[in-house]
Order: sequence, then C-alpha cells, then structure tokens
Amino acid sequence: MRKIVLAGNPNVGKSVVFSQLTGSKVMISNYAGTTVEFTRGQLNTEKESFDVLDAPGTYSLTPSSKVEEVASSLVDQADIVINVVDATNLERNLLLTTELLEREVPVIISLNMIDEAGHKGVKIDLEKLESLLGVPVIPTVAVSGEGLKELVDALPRAVNRKMVSLETGDRWAYVGSVVGEVQEVVHRHHSWLDTLQDASLRPLTGIPIAAVILFVAFQLVIGLGELIAGFLEDYIFNGLYEPLLAYLSRVMGGSGFLHNVLIGRLIDGEIEFEESLGVLTTGVFVELGIVLPFLTVFYFVLGFLEDSGYLPRLAVMVDRSMHRLGLHGYSIIPMVLGFGCNVPAALAARNLESRRERFIACTLMAVAVPCMAQLALIVGLVGRFGGAYLAVVFASLFFIWVVLGLIIDRVMPGYTPSMVVEIPPYRIPSLKAQAKKLGMRIKGFLVHATPYILGGILVVNILYTVGFIDFIGVLFAPVIQGLLGLPGEAVSTLLIGFLRKDVAVAMLVPLGLSARQFVIGAVVLAAYFPCAATFTVLVKEMGVKDMFKSAVIMAATAFTAGFILNLLLDTIVPAAYLAIGLVVVAITLALVLGSTSDRRELSDFDTAA
Amino acid sequence: MQVNLAEMKSGQSGVIAAIQGGQGLETKLSQIGLHQGKQVKKISSVFSRGPVTVSVDNFQVAVGYGKAVRIMVEVNNSA
Repeated sequence: MRKIVLAGNPNVGKSVVFSQLTGSKVMISNYAGTTVEFTRGQLNTEKESFDVLDAPGTYSLTPSSKVEEVASSLVDQADIVINVVDATNLERNLLLTTELLEREVPVIISLNMIDEAGHKGVKIDLEKLESLLGVPVIPTVAVSGEGLKELVDALPRAVNRKMVSLETGDRWAYVGSVVGEVQEVVHRHHSWLDTLQDASLRPLTGIPIAAVILFVAFQLVIGLGELIAGFLEDYIFNGLYEPLLAYLSRVMGGSGFLHNVLIGRLIDGEIEFEESLGVLTTGVFVELGIVLPFLTVFYFVLGFLEDSGYLPRLAVMVDRSMHRLGLHGYSIIPMVLGFGCNVPAALAARNLESRRERFIACTLMAVAVPCMAQLALIVGLVGRFGGAYLAVVFASLFFIWVVLGLIIDRVMPGYTPSMVVEIPPYRIPSLKAQAKKLGMRIKGFLVHATPYILGGILVVNILYTVGFIDFIGVLFAPVIQGLLGLPGEAVSTLLIGFLRKDVAVAMLVPLGLSARQFVIGAVVLAAYFPCAATFTVLVKEMGVKDMFKSAVIMAATAFTAGFILNLLLDTIVPAAYLAIGLVVVAITLALVLGSTSDRRELSDFDTAA
Repeated sequence: MQVNLAEMKSGQSGVIAAIQGGQGLETKLSQIGLHQGKQVKKISSVFSRGPVTVSVDNFQVAVGYGKAVRIMVEVNNSA
C-alpha cells in the first residue's frame, strides 16, 4: 500500500485534513503542537487504498527537536506528500514547501483555510502559484470538508520536483518572490476578535483576562462536577444501584471471597460506596460516580480553551513566572493538560526543546499536578472536612511546584532558552468538533482507566485476604506513622497508587482518618510517584536515567512535604492559615530568588538557540 | 534608529536589521518567520522582561525576552 504523509507547519490543520481523508478520529486544537506523534489511517479511493500518516507540525525538515525528527523521517518514507499550507500565512509556510520540493518525493499542496484568507483580505492567484511551484495546488477548507474531494482526485498529479537545494538566505528570497507574484493583500477592518486578541496579550488587560478565565474554569469544574456527582450519587447510585447490589449481596450470603471482591465489606450490614471496596461497589462508584462527572466537565472546559486559541496567550502571560521555575511560558500547556490526565501531558512536553526543560516540566507536572481522576476524589473526600483542608492540599501542591522548580533550576546546569511561539488567531470553537473531541476523551478514559480501576480494587482485595497488607503495614509503620502520622495500613494506599491514584485516595476512607491525616495522605499520594500509565510514558520520554532521578526527587519531595504537614497542620498552624501561608511563602520565594535561567541565557551570547 | 525588540514600543513598526546570536538562533527565528529584512510590528510586551509579541505578515509570534533583546530592528519613524 502506498504511503501518503501529511506535512506542514504547526497549526495549519493537518489533523483536520487527516481526519477528513481517513475518517479517523484525532485530537485537534488551535495551538501549535497538538500532534506530537504521527497518527495512521487509511484512505480508500476507487482505484487504490492509501496508508495515510499525519506528521506533527514542523517549520523545517532539519531536525532540531524530537517532533521535527519524527516529521522528517516520515517524509523520507512517503510515496506522496500532501503539504498542508496555511493560506493566511503563505510566506512562512512556503519555506517548508521548498524544503519538501527538494526531496525525492511527489508533492501536492492543500492550500488550507482559504476561507479565512479571504476574510483577512488575502487573495492568492492559484494558477500562478501552481505554475511557479510546479506542483498541484488545491484550495481547501478542511474543517468543512471543502476541496477535499478535489484533493483526493488530484493525488495522481502529485509531482516530484527535485528542486535544487537552496541556502537559507536564497530560500527566503525565492519564497519572497513567489509570494510577491501570487498574493495580493487588501486592508480590512479590525474585527472584535482582533481586539480581544490584542487585549489578551497586553499585560494590563491580559493578566486580568487570564485570572478570570482560570477562575471561571476552576469554579466550573469544581462546582459543576460536584453538582453532577451529587446528583448521580443521590439518584442513580443510592436510589437505583444500591438496592440491586444489596439483593446481589444477600444472594451471595453476605460474605466469602467472591462477595468481598465484588461487593466488598458491609459497613453495619449496609453497602457503603466509598468504604466497601468491592469491584462493583467502590470500583464502579469511583469511576462512574465521581471521576467521570469531574472529568467530563474538565474536558468540556479544556476543549474550549484549546480550540479558541487561548492557551498560547496564557503561555505569554505566565512566561515571566515560569522562567523562575526553569521553564518558559509554553510549558504551561503540559501543566494544564496534566490536570486532565498526566499521560497526554507528558507527551505534550515533547514540544519543549531542551532535555533540561523536558526534565523540569515532566518532574514538576508528575509531582504537583494531580490528574482530574485524583482531584475528583480529593475534592469529594477532603472537601467534607471543610474548604480550608481542601485549600491546604492545593496550597501544598502549589508550594511544591514552585519551590521544587526554583531548586531544580538552580541545581541543574545550563539554562532554559526563552520561547518563540506562534500565537494563533482566535477562532470560535465549533460545537460539533467540541462534542466529538469530548466523546473521544471520555471514551479514552473509560477504555484505559476501567481495567486499572477494577484491577486495582481486585488487587487490594487479594492483598487484604492473604494478609499482605497487614504484614507490610506493620513493617512500614515506623516510617508511615513516625514521619507522616498515618496508620501503618496507609501503606496499602501507596501500593495501589502505583496502579491508580483515584482508587488510592478512596482507600483512605476506610482507614477512618482525621482531617489532617486525610490531607497528608492526599498530598503524599499526589506527589510520591506517577501512576503506572504515566510512569510508562515518562520513561519513554525522559529515558531511564532521567526518570530515575526524577523518581528520587518525587519520593523525597512527597515524604518531606508529608512530614512538614504532619508537624505544622492543626498542631501549630490551623488549616486556613497554613493554606494562605504556603501560597504567600512560595510566591515570595519565587519573587525574591528570581530566575537563574534568565541570567544564564543573557550571558550566553554565542550558542543561544 | 536601531533598537532591539524589547526596547521597541508597542504599536511601533520596523524592519529586522540583524539577529545578534549564534547560527542556531538565526535559523530558529527565521524558520518561524523572523528574518533579516522582515517588516514587524510590536503588539505588546509583558512588563519586567516578559515576552514580546510581534505581528509579521498575517500572524503573531511571541518571543521570550532572552531572544527579543537579540533581534535588532530599524524602527520606522513615521509609526
């Protein structure tokens, strides 16, 4: 089967073209770097079936980052390259086109977003462009599917130009002359989106805008998540599901191994969804009753942030602050994604250029950014002790994030270079695309999380039954009790946390902890080690050596944080004051200590890259 | 008058005169569309060494402070 590779600059719509050609579902957003790995699909025409590969976006085929390496090697394997070009941005896009035309491969151009170019007053002479470049140019509007049939029909006309290789300077000159001949730009009025666009980049308006957006997003996720979870618990779980399970429990005789695994322990003769720890009780309840509602709202909100094009602007606003942690603004994107699930966040860190940056970003994310599954349980369970305790959990994680960043930036040699990122135009997200993306993400969660959640609960039951948990509980009691002030059995949650953090947090409930103990448990669980799925991806992304270093940092941080909380919380400082104190101290430290990376970059004049 | 991108005022336009840095920096900036001879307009910058956002042709690029100070621009006096 012949291979078609989609190549082009970041954020030109390659993935949209891909999904239109192949019918495959892929993640699509409005910022550079959504696709970090290639996706594969199949295109069936009347004559032939093609293997279609969606390459990550790249500005050049000279590989200088991991993402560019992937793109470049894909082009080498291609039988036909569809070069997706952003029509609103011809000059910059054609630079890559010239590089493609120099390769030994037939090329065809999909001149995408031709409608948006029209709105922006950009007119392109298609015939002239085609004759100057010597390859077919097909105007497309991938989001609506316009021009895609023509693109497919034109595939046999793809031409291998074997253009003479150009030097960088000449390349610009050549592209400049082509653009000069084919493009005409008419001035047009500023639209309200443009005004908003500029406002979100100017600090005086941009910082309040960022604050409002983040606040609203947070409130929406927590508030709406709780509302839906509460409704599900009251009506679906307690109203409908519980009687069914109670019946099942009676049929099974109320005890025995199978009963323990499926239903779990009865609390005063009743099923308690949070405490029984059975696959069908706690397992199903945690996954569908708590995590799913929060996750759905989170991804709903995230979808709008991604597709509107706001995230890169947030990156600009936080760039200064992130520099102090040895990162730059764009690394806020893996952090934000991490709140959904740490796995795609670790993959998104590929867009960061240096190994140093990726190490810091991955470590900070894995330590201090709990995924929504875990957060949902924390909000639901810690929240019961009152908002102040919940605030201590968030404040502790924020404190860890900042202070650990400050430390690593100082200790690690080198510096994190400042960013250069394209700021996409604002686009109004389409509801249809949003629904599709949300559906994909929820399905992804159900498919990937279910085995771990149910398996985790199964493992707990087996370990309890064979007495393993009591055994290691006694063994680790000095550490767990002495350092963290938690009962020895709490070590079981750390064990299950390797599998699933949400189940681990739920397992704190049957231990009958006090508020401060619950807070300590939740913080340690969030920070001490990534879950199995995240760990696997992190090893792949960072390599074994860096992952080992990172893991040591994580464990040390988690136990130190737990120890400090154990010393202070409610013994010396009440919860509310501690939460405020942690945030204030973290911000003050960041402001006072400043950025090592900045100083190192500014003094390094020659190798700046 | 030549100033670097960070020193330019918001709303000012100019032509990139030089990029003071290694080959790596020049290539990187040029790939994203910032190269010698290119007309740029500064949109905004975040105070105290924050990134500078410029518009080039039809798109916008945010450049971190560490890189912005290395991009020299010949400012148009009329703007």
